[in-house]
Amino acid sequence: MTPLQGCLLVSALLFAIGLAGAVTRRNAILALVGIELMLNAANLNFIAFWRYGPHPEALSGMMIVIFSIAIAAAEAAVGLALIIAIYRHYRTVNLDEMKNLKG
Amino acid sequence: MSPAFIIIAVVTLFAAAAAMSLRNLVHCALSFVVAFAGLAAIYLQLDAQFVGFAQILVYVGAIAILIVFAILLTRSDAPANRAILAPGWMVGIAVATVVFATLGWTVLNSAGLPGEMPPAPEAKVKNIGDALMTQYVLPLEAIGLLLTAALIGAVIIAMREEPPKAGGSRGDEAEREGRP
Repeated sequence: MTPLQGCLLVSALLFAIGLAGAVTRRNAILALVGIELMLNAANLNFIAFWRYGPHPEALSGMMIVIFSIAIAAAEAAVGLALIIAIYRHYRTVNLDEMKNLKG
Repeated sequence: MSPAFIIIAVVTLFAAAAAMSLRNLVHCALSFVVAFAGLAAIYLQLDAQFVGFAQILVYVGAIAILIVFAILLTRSDAPANRAILAPGWMVGIAVATVVFATLGWTVLNSAGLPGEMPPAPEAKVKNIGDALMTQYVLPLEAIGLLLTAALIGAVIIAMREEPPKAGGSRGDEAEREGRP
């Protein structure tokens, strides 16, 4: 197994862990954490391919990871604000108990 | 693969699994911090210093604090022994396993992946700043706009809606204060 394959396997496992958490946990905050883990798995892929690719001096992989981190930060801020607003309404963050669309 | 990479990878994956499976939410947040610090260490190993430190700054510094705040603000008094997994959790685990198996099989069987690490590139902060200000200036502006909009939106969404007061609305008060 080459080092690149090692990085890709770690990233795939991280993605699977994040996916499992995002779809199975009942707590909305932990579902959001799972989504963050999946995003980071993708970032790790970008960095690994950037480093082992033929033209690492082009910095393209690194740039996309920088932008991806910024988007992940925006997503986390909005997601947590939504969770807090929903909690104020339903007094719960349990995803199974948020059944109503009607305010 | 160097032993350092293996150790960091194992710590990262264990922390990620712990963050997704522990019962206590504060413990989950702490494992989340460890997982992202481990990822930053992997980035440092791959010669991406700037991204590694940005990862520590953004995830360990900002998002972890945000998540801890959200956990503390949404404390519920539900009994502690309730199930932490949704009813259909076996299906979710199965889907995740299938996804990992597919990805892993593809990674291990794809030909033409570069095996050797090319010489370390010039990825100093100066080069990154140059690239951000020349080639990537439009995405940079777009991301700035997106962050501004997202943060204003987050504040507005999370702001407490004040119930309308019975007597004396705000406009009256402002009028009274404005009077000499």
